[in-house]
Amino acid sequence: MALASHRKKGYSRQNAYLWFIAPAVLAIFAVIVFPWVYTLWMSLHDWQIGGKSEFVGIENFVKLATDARFLSTIPRTLYFTLLSVLLPVVLGVFAAEVFHQKFPLRGLVRGIYIAPMMATPVAIALVFTMMFHPQLGVLNYFLTLVGIPKSLWVYSADTVIPTLALVEVWQWTPLVMLIVLGALASLPTEPYESALIDGANQWQMFRYITFPLILPFLMIAVIIRTIDALKSFDIIYVISQGGPGTASETINIFLYLQAFSFLRIGHASAVVVVFFVIILALAIILLVARERLRWNR
Amino acid sequence: MESVNSARQAEISYRLKKWLGRIALLFSVILVVSPAIFVFFWMLSLSLKYEIDNIAYPPVFIPDPPTFDNYAKIFRESNYVLYGYNSVIVSGAATLIALLVGVPAAYGIAKGKAQGLGMLIMVARITPGLSYLIPLFMLFRFIGISGSLLALTISHLVITIPMVVWVMISFFEDMHPELEEAALVDGCNIWQAFYRVSMPIARPGIAVAAILAFIQSWNNFLFGVVIAGRETRTLPVAVFNAMTFEQLSWGPVAAAALVVTLPSLLLTIFVQRDIVTGLAAGSVKG
Repeated sequence: MALASHRKKGYSRQNAYLWFIAPAVLAIFAVIVFPWVYTLWMSLHDWQIGGKSEFVGIENFVKLATDARFLSTIPRTLYFTLLSVLLPVVLGVFAAEVFHQKFPLRGLVRGIYIAPMMATPVAIALVFTMMFHPQLGVLNYFLTLVGIPKSLWVYSADTVIPTLALVEVWQWTPLVMLIVLGALASLPTEPYESALIDGANQWQMFRYITFPLILPFLMIAVIIRTIDALKSFDIIYVISQGGPGTASETINIFLYLQAFSFLRIGHASAVVVVFFVIILALAIILLVARERLRWNR
Repeated sequence: MESVNSARQAEISYRLKKWLGRIALLFSVILVVSPAIFVFFWMLSLSLKYEIDNIAYPPVFIPDPPTFDNYAKIFRESNYVLYGYNSVIVSGAATLIALLVGVPAAYGIAKGKAQGLGMLIMVARITPGLSYLIPLFMLFRFIGISGSLLALTISHLVITIPMVVWVMISFFEDMHPELEEAALVDGCNIWQAFYRVSMPIARPGIAVAAILAFIQSWNNFLFGVVIAGRETRTLPVAVFNAMTFEQLSWGPVAAAALVVTLPSLLLTIFVQRDIVTGLAAGSVKG
């Protein structure tokens, strides 16, 4: 009898928690799950906005596999992503080491340092557009000051991807810094004390103590940064619109143009599915790599 | 005598090292923070200069004399008050709804009652924004609300709900369960324990979640550029249009860019400390 009433109470408590999540479940199904399912459905149709739709099975995917313009966006996106992950990791670790020290006005300086990642990307992109101007831009002025020949920045097919990655790096290095800074704050002090007694120098301490300890956190930063860099849209679209030609057309830009310039909804939905698979695959590879690192330690 | 000398030498070399260390640190701080400072400074500088100085080469760095013409111009010639109003309504409503549904949901997930939902939010976080936008765009056209503030607000829920849930889960997980358990033992039901005990403790977390969600929604460009109509443009869309129409007039574009991003930057100051303590790790950027 007592047991039964206890069980009943436990059951009603379980139910009570359902009421907490029910509104969110409803909202999430409406704005997140419904779009996923609908995207899958549309990707199997030949569908133009304003036109009629026709079921075509996997034809959209077959077409994508042979679409040279689409295929060229994949290595381009990976190149952009590689730059936008590696540079922030290196610079972010350096910045975290700096902010881990004590100095006057540290809070204020840190606030300024993280401002780029909270700023409106469109606004930032517009300012960079003006700074990249080949004749009048302030960046080329700086280059000539230190004796480096002027660059065409986003106006040349050779430099457009690194230039756009530069903006991405400028904006998102603070996120890596914050993650590493949190990791540094949690480190034990004992290994450093014994290393000092053993006469280790700063670099050795970083290389053999700090780096292995922050590596798991660094991998989190790498995963987040990879996912976000793959999806980068605002900066590329505002600064170069995928140009010159298609030299900076990443998967996301290609996708946007298919959907909202050419209004090929079925085709674009197939791109979304492929894009999602690429992001998921990379995320899983990195997660597995992170687990491996943990085991080897 | 000799030992005194060498002791002094050691003292001097110690002080020298300390000073060198300080100078190196100062130099590193300047090196690290100068790119951020320069871009914002340049934005401000462009917005306060006459056009003739903006296209001068070599560039003019300090506006002399500074002018507010560019700001006057953007408010006179385009309807930035309306666009600002749109942005406030859309981001405000999307944040509010996200708090109403997201905070209790995060509580449920943190109590271990809805792991599946937590996973769903994770996957939502890695999905490209366009995969929501295309279906929602079609849906809004179908039910005839395309281009309205309502449609924009609904689309922004894609950004704000995962953000609120994400931040609040870590907040509720870090909270000590004793108080709540005491309340339950004393005869509160779960809703009362949540509303009277957990919510007040979590208030700072709710503030952070609200500000982060609001900033991300405010900064969003993609949903606005597709869904908004002429009269329902949000600020980032309006600024983007300003550039396409005024290719070479840098002053007004810079002024508009600064007006758009200023609220995000000001709000960031309020949550700066919380962002630093790691709350935002993994949660920033929808």
